[in-house]
Amino acid sequence: MTMGAAASTASDGLIESAYREHSRKVLATLIRLLGDFDLAEEALHDAFVAAADRWPREGMPGNPSAWLVSAGRFKAIDKLRRRARFNAMEAEIADQLTADAEEGEDMEATSIKDDQLRLMFTCCHPVLPQPAQVALTLRELCGLTTEEISRAFLARPPALAQRIVRAKARIREERIPYEVPELSALPERLDAVLRVIYLVFNEGYSAHSGEALTRTDLSGEAIRLGRLMLDLLPQAETMGLLALMLLHESRRPARTTPDGEVVLLANQDRTLWDQALMAEGFDLIDRAFATRQIGPYTLQAAIAAVHARAGTAEDTDWGEIVGLYDVLMRAAPSPVVRLNRAVAVGMRDGPRAGLALVNGLIEEGNLADYHLTYAAQADFYRRAGETDAARQAYERALALALQEPERRFLQQRLRELGDAP
Amino acid sequence: MKYMFLIYLDDAKFAPMSQDERDGFGNAMLDYDDELRASGNYLFSEPLKMPNEAITVRTWDGTLSTTDGPFAETKEHLSGFHIIEARDLNEAVALAARMPLARVGSIEVRPVGHLERIEK
Repeated sequence: MTMGAAASTASDGLIESAYREHSRKVLATLIRLLGDFDLAEEALHDAFVAAADRWPREGMPGNPSAWLVSAGRFKAIDKLRRRARFNAMEAEIADQLTADAEEGEDMEATSIKDDQLRLMFTCCHPVLPQPAQVALTLRELCGLTTEEISRAFLARPPALAQRIVRAKARIREERIPYEVPELSALPERLDAVLRVIYLVFNEGYSAHSGEALTRTDLSGEAIRLGRLMLDLLPQAETMGLLALMLLHESRRPARTTPDGEVVLLANQDRTLWDQALMAEGFDLIDRAFATRQIGPYTLQAAIAAVHARAGTAEDTDWGEIVGLYDVLMRAAPSPVVRLNRAVAVGMRDGPRAGLALVNGLIEEGNLADYHLTYAAQADFYRRAGETDAARQAYERALALALQEPERRFLQQRLRELGDAP
Repeated sequence: MKYMFLIYLDDAKFAPMSQDERDGFGNAMLDYDDELRASGNYLFSEPLKMPNEAITVRTWDGTLSTTDGPFAETKEHLSGFHIIEARDLNEAVALAARMPLARVGSIEVRPVGHLERIEK
């Protein structure tokens, strides 16, 4: 990641590392103080240009974030005054910003920290379409470039750039307040934030299509955002989501072979699972359960934890998993949860029991174009010894799967069944 | 990342303007360049003369052919360009949006590519 012109003039990487460490915090505060994304981004850039000029000569200030905020703020006021020749509005804004600055509007460390939380809620505001929420969060809070985000989501850069431009215009037009929502609106608004973080994680964990099964960078960003949210607003579901992501992340080294082939949970080398991430996940689940406000992320994390605690695939407590899915079905019912529950029932009570549930789902028209439905169905048929039915189901799954490693896995399973009679 | 701003203008929009207004745009563009220099985004920029001073060259089939003017006749013509350094496409778009000529013309923002020599 480059920060452009300012970094290229710095001889020693001092500014580059300061940018990595401080730019997101400083941007969040500048957006609050200046009330405008684009003006704040410009001010951030100018603040780093000033830092590149002065820090190497004068030394780094004691509080670099506060220095950058204050430099950026005055650069912005300056710019507005110069532009005021063409636009009287900008003169008014400049006067207002100067007055705010003279009042010494608070720049306490705690309020600077909360600015990132405010920015998170603004980027994930429900008036914005969800793809725009994701793009804004990654660009403004994580500091990814438009081009990096478009690569990660297989979108064309101009389409993604326009999504961001429109989202910012929407925030301006609708005067979306830059604040942490009040308590009554918090659960719903927090849910939107957590959903965006989980989407980013999943995009990184299992690419929708194409060659790469794992895109570590996006998952890493999602975990970073999860930790930030936990630090700023420690709610039960934030703990649950972070635990869920950490437990999935802990299996990353075992999920694929060195050639990039899929390894199913049952066949993974469990000694490769990251123990430190697992321990952190377990601890977060305990903390979330202790609040007695148990939501869908915490329940999914608890299910992942049952797998994580099993020394071998055979030791898995499927009864416990079915029980957790029953609770999850009451908290957040969905066809995907039903499918996962069916798989767990099939593991607990045998393939016929699982098959009855999966076939029921398909007959109701749920998940009829989801490749994993047929992969589950095929697996039950295979275990029940119904080879022909298994072959047909694998073929349907294969016709719907987009991701290369998953496709290769399904093809392998088909070959293992042998030729059709 | 480097980006090019291609500035397309329609003469018809300038025709009804007073000389003062037209000069105002010229000066505003120079101020804008200064602003880009101060922020470190500026790399290079030039205005272009009118398309009727241009000539288009081809050596298809090994024969030199020349025609007057630009390749295609359109209402808007390329009248200048900037090459700038920006963090990403959205920063480039924000910089282009502040160009004074964006108020009357169109600015195409193009990422600058890189041609690698292919060794055979």
